[in-house]
Amino acid sequence: MDSKRRKFLKIAGISAIAGIAAPSAFNSLLKGEAFASGGHGHQAESHGGGHEAAPTGKQYGLVVNVKAFADQPGLGEKCIHACHSIHNVPDYGNKKDEIKWIWIEKYENAFPEHSHYKRNEELHKMPIMTMCNHCASPPCVRACPTQATFKNQDGIVMMDYHRCIGCRFCMAACPYGARSFNWRSPRGVDELGKPFIKRRNPDYPTRMRGVVEKCTLCNERLVHGLQPACVEASNGAMIFGDLNEPGSEINKVLKENFTIQRKPSLGTKPSVFYII
Amino acid sequence: MLEKGLKGSNLYKGWMAFLLCLIGVGVLSYSQQYQYGLGYTGMSRDVSWGLYISQFTFLVGVAAGGLMLVLPYYLHNYKAFGRITILGEFMAIGAVAMCLLFIMADLGQPIRALNVMLHPTPNSMLFYDMIVLNGYLFLNVLCGWVVLHSHYKGVKYPKWIKPFIYLSIPWAVSIHTVTAFLYCGLPGRHFWLTAILAPRFLASAFAAGPALLMIIAMILKRTTKFDIGREAQDKLVTIIGYAAILNFFFVGCELFVAYYSNLPGHMHTLDYLFFGLEHDGHMYNNLVPFMRFSMGAGLIAIPLLFASRSKKSDGMLVLACALLFVSLWIDKGLGLVLGGFVPNPLEYVTEYYPSLGEIAITVGVWATGFFVMSLLYKIAITVTLEHEA
Repeated sequence: MDSKRRKFLKIAGISAIAGIAAPSAFNSLLKGEAFASGGHGHQAESHGGGHEAAPTGKQYGLVVNVKAFADQPGLGEKCIHACHSIHNVPDYGNKKDEIKWIWIEKYENAFPEHSHYKRNEELHKMPIMTMCNHCASPPCVRACPTQATFKNQDGIVMMDYHRCIGCRFCMAACPYGARSFNWRSPRGVDELGKPFIKRRNPDYPTRMRGVVEKCTLCNERLVHGLQPACVEASNGAMIFGDLNEPGSEINKVLKENFTIQRKPSLGTKPSVFYII
Repeated sequence: MLEKGLKGSNLYKGWMAFLLCLIGVGVLSYSQQYQYGLGYTGMSRDVSWGLYISQFTFLVGVAAGGLMLVLPYYLHNYKAFGRITILGEFMAIGAVAMCLLFIMADLGQPIRALNVMLHPTPNSMLFYDMIVLNGYLFLNVLCGWVVLHSHYKGVKYPKWIKPFIYLSIPWAVSIHTVTAFLYCGLPGRHFWLTAILAPRFLASAFAAGPALLMIIAMILKRTTKFDIGREAQDKLVTIIGYAAILNFFFVGCELFVAYYSNLPGHMHTLDYLFFGLEHDGHMYNNLVPFMRFSMGAGLIAIPLLFASRSKKSDGMLVLACALLFVSLWIDKGLGLVLGGFVPNPLEYVTEYYPSLGEIAITVGVWATGFFVMSLLYKIAITVTLEHEA
């Protein structure tokens, strides 16, 4: 983990204990600083704001071309399979124990705050690929009591499965339902003796019961110079890149297309954008 | 002094044996949960906190409610509360013990619980909750024990304990405020995202805690020679009554804001709790009877409570306190936590039904709390009665 962040947290803790107990006051203080140094001045779009990404450092993100997924039936499932098979995501065959890193959602569920009155039928049939938003300001990281989930230097919201105590505070905090909990051991088998992980990928660890997991933007592939598995499988329907690098392909796509984010009004600054 | 808790009447022994049986069932169920994982419970991806965390939330309130019994005596020198301050402190010990056990029962990796201290994270509200809950437990054990021990020796409590007693008063407020902050600081959970949550928690705590104490005091009056006295009893009625009125006023504020503003996100959970929520042609309403009973019972309990004082009827008083306690338990110990997960962030509706084993563990933890409380009360009462004799 970033040692600067660690140091910062320690200082923040001491000052918080010293009297700034109210986290909201603390947060607004931080925000004020960020804006002052970034030269943004007052935030004009404070309501429904939070569209900007973190001002400094890397922030990896995704653009999902929803139209391309709608035009190619089965593409979404292919991306899901690519992700879940290499990450040893178990399949329990029931909703209660369900674990998912990336999945297909209906428009009205992925974007519940958009009006559905007089709905466009085509739009509502579109498959929306949903996964962790790798928010620039992630509420799950704020909530985690052990830093088991934390923001990496490259903007990825990571999980430390060995530190997670399984309190599920992050699941309550995530406004996108992106987090899953291992309600039972994913290494086990069902009543018929079939393993929950169909074919185990030895290059990626399986998890133990009692910890939270989610999409990590394939950080294990990024270090080898590969693209995230879903992006690789998407036939160009998903674009991956650094949102803070002006010349990157993802920024070009974002400049040329109208995109939306999930629940931008919550100020989480999601790093996944959708071309509708 | 501890030995006083080991001897007692058959009634006392029977009661403790009964609690031990419940604890035993709870321990057996927990060992099963520990083997299998938290899937043993009724919790799911959508409703990721269940009975454990909701009981925890309610019991933090019961613990904080002890404040209302300690404050008048130590801060305002209100002599009539002399006998109940120790009961309040010992009730807080039992309640906090239950809170900590419920948290442990809810952890997916309980062995790693100390990670909260090994990797202190000041931006997490759970970190502060850990500090304030353990601190409160320590303060109450210290103050309660030292005061009682002085009583046992027949001397006034030592001066050095005073600062700790004073500290325990704001500390009681802090435990429930921080517990409310666990919920009300989360974006995207509309039902919890309300600045009134901490005040509402405190109001319900100051009603529920003293109401439980009143019931216990009435049982003690029947079964032992220990009587808290008419004046203290009447004062407690005032405290419980006004706190309950404040609580329902806050509930009314929530209902007004949601339904007058007509914001769907604010109405959804309240619809689910009080009327049922329709989703994909299916009606989800498993908490509706509970919540309606909670509202009804609470609103009947308040006039009943005040009437019991003018009528000087202990039976009516116990009934009113029991109704109120159950009402607040449903409101906070079921509706508040479970309701917050319905609908989920993607507006799907998943209902939660606790599993049998989960209920057994929950009962086991409650029994543990009452076991601790009974033991401490037995000691306190024996010491007090011997001192007077």
